[in-house]
Amino acid sequence: MFEAVAFYLFAFLTITMFIITVTTSQALYALTALAAGMIFISAFFFILGADFLGAIQIIVYTGAVMALYAFGMMFFDTTRSVKEKQGNKFIITGLSTLAAVLVVLIVGAPMVSNNIVALYPTIDGMGNVQNVGLILFTKYLVPFELAAVMLLVAMVAGIVLAGKKMDRSITLTNDAELEIEKNKKVLS
Amino acid sequence: MEIGLNHYLVLSTILFAIGLVGVMRRKNLLLLFFATEILLNAVNIAFAAISHYYGDMTGQMFAFFIIAVAASEVAVGLGLLIVWYKRHGSIDLDVLTTMKG
Repeated sequence: MFEAVAFYLFAFLTITMFIITVTTSQALYALTALAAGMIFISAFFFILGADFLGAIQIIVYTGAVMALYAFGMMFFDTTRSVKEKQGNKFIITGLSTLAAVLVVLIVGAPMVSNNIVALYPTIDGMGNVQNVGLILFTKYLVPFELAAVMLLVAMVAGIVLAGKKMDRSITLTNDAELEIEKNKKVLS
Repeated sequence: MEIGLNHYLVLSTILFAIGLVGVMRRKNLLLLFFATEILLNAVNIAFAAISHYYGDMTGQMFAFFIIAVAASEVAVGLGLLIVWYKRHGSIDLDVLTTMKG
């Protein structure tokens, strides 16, 4: 009973937040609603008994990713409202429905066959974090190390890409100065 | 009132559809990234639910790696977006059509 109430409550909240994210014309509202939706999604992980995943969801998504977006938005002109793509509404709706049905088929196909056995079953009497640690550091050690290298590469790429010409502002310099610099670059 | 695996899969599908709508109707690249995050999170819910109802840890492991990929995608993507904004002054998708024949 408690589980059902929690599930429906958080399902409603999550769907509402994500609909706000994709429909609002203010970038700041979208960011805030997305952060709230991430927190609500972690509630599902806690209901499902995946405690470690829920904690990681809060730390990584709402802590790191959302903060990164918030800092990134300082570079962009997000005060004006966002223009929308003027496409055919029916095509968009039809494609979305088709893709969603496809996802259901893909996820639901193994259940129809009904002969799935757990590859790495959870061990009773051990907490979720212990189970995660046991499997992550034995069966998934190589992907774990590769993920670490990937995060390092992403960090270096982020620094190199965003750190270029950090010393000059693009909003405070007026157009005339930019024009002069452009001409200098052409001449040299 | 028992919550089964199908409840979670339907929820995941609804969230995935919302993310797809976002990807298709947004023109601003930053908000397109937001919609991508919604897609990844919807899949994460499905993985965690399957992991719980089959008593298997593999689903949770894949959810972890998806989170790692999402984090690095955001870092690189935002860096590229900042470079693009410095060069063109806009992150609308229309500005990106520079390869017209």
